[in-house]
Amino acid sequence: MITGIVGAVFVLQYFIPHWPFSKMNAWFSDWFSIVAAFAIWLGALNLMKISAQKVVGRKEDWGYALVIIFSFLLIVIPGFAGGQGYREAGTFFSWLYEWAYTPLSSTMFAILAFFVASASYRAFRARNLEASLLLIAAFFVMLGRVPVGDILTGFMPVGWRLSDLASWVMNYPQAAGQRAIMIGIALGLVSTSLRIILGIERSHLGGE
Amino acid sequence: MEHIAVWVAAFLTLGIVSFLYKDNPWYKLSESIFVGISAGYWFVVLFWDNVHGKFWTGVFPPEEYDAAGNVITKDPDWMLWIGALLGILMLARLVPKFGWISRWPLAFIVGSTAGLYLINYFSSNMMRQVQGTIMPLFGMWQTDPATGEVMFQAFSTYDVVGNLVILIGTFTGLVYFFFSKEHRGVFGATAKVGIFFLMITFGASFGYTVMSRMSLLIGRVDFLFGTWLGLIK
Repeated sequence: MITGIVGAVFVLQYFIPHWPFSKMNAWFSDWFSIVAAFAIWLGALNLMKISAQKVVGRKEDWGYALVIIFSFLLIVIPGFAGGQGYREAGTFFSWLYEWAYTPLSSTMFAILAFFVASASYRAFRARNLEASLLLIAAFFVMLGRVPVGDILTGFMPVGWRLSDLASWVMNYPQAAGQRAIMIGIALGLVSTSLRIILGIERSHLGGE
Repeated sequence: MEHIAVWVAAFLTLGIVSFLYKDNPWYKLSESIFVGISAGYWFVVLFWDNVHGKFWTGVFPPEEYDAAGNVITKDPDWMLWIGALLGILMLARLVPKFGWISRWPLAFIVGSTAGLYLINYFSSNMMRQVQGTIMPLFGMWQTDPATGEVMFQAFSTYDVVGNLVILIGTFTGLVYFFFSKEHRGVFGATAKVGIFFLMITFGASFGYTVMSRMSLLIGRVDFLFGTWLGLIK
């Protein structure tokens, strides 16, 4: 019932942006922000709970679980103690963000380049026309985005160099495929949302 | 302090990179620090932005002053307590015995997301994309502001080919996603063309992702050899 009412209000306020739907929409949006914060808290606190259980039970890799708890407290304590200016330059929170969180997150994503390269070696074998198209499109886009692409095709007239071909692939055939995917996703989302709002889909509550 | 900071960042960067050799204690340590710090970072940010920013300042509005220095009194929004209550109920999941209570805030979150997505995706991903696809292919009739004469402004060959590619690619791609009819005959051939466009899309997206990861990698290498070791000036 809660799901149906809330979902219906969000839909109705789009078509009838007046009282009472406008007011209910404002309330629900605020509640949503607050509940979303608690949902993230739930995840973080659950992580702490599991890590603490590992440490107390001296389970495998309990030392790393201790590091997780320590790192969590290391950033949370100055974050709360610093008041509303916790993010200002010069605070320990911002120091941790700049010198620990940022390097760790960007390196974590950067090493994916190696795994992607290894995966592409296996996936990019031109076995049929479809795989060849995938290979050619990726080749154009990758080489067209770096200076060496234009150096290699420097003898070609402007408009036909690799960077131009990469832009064309991105702007037209890629955009067309992307558009088809986006419309497909939107149709799927609309039907799933309707099923949820109408109570046909209840798996999120543990039902069938 | 700056010197220590660079060494800390270099230690953590190399720790993550060391995974390329194999899983090792240095990587696990860096990974655990990353997990702890990420969780803590969002824990704090969401407290100040959402819980304090929305709930606390809504229920206990801070004093504000107008240009003349008079206090502007704002009425507290008591309805925000319902949001906070739903949030607290969400935390009941931490205690298995009371986990069922979290179904109410979960139902609220799922309902809100369904309602928001239904509208947002339908308008932006569906209607706008369809609108963008139904466009003039070869040129447009335009009125000359000086003479008032209506003239046909033809597009360049490059644009015409591009427009046709977008139209055919989007249509055939959608035909491929239509699974209620068997992909045979003309319908199957159209779907096959759609697969070609989808493959180009996947290849281009793949190349784009690889290049973005490469740029991140270059950033880290630049940090290690430039900021940390000072080898790149």
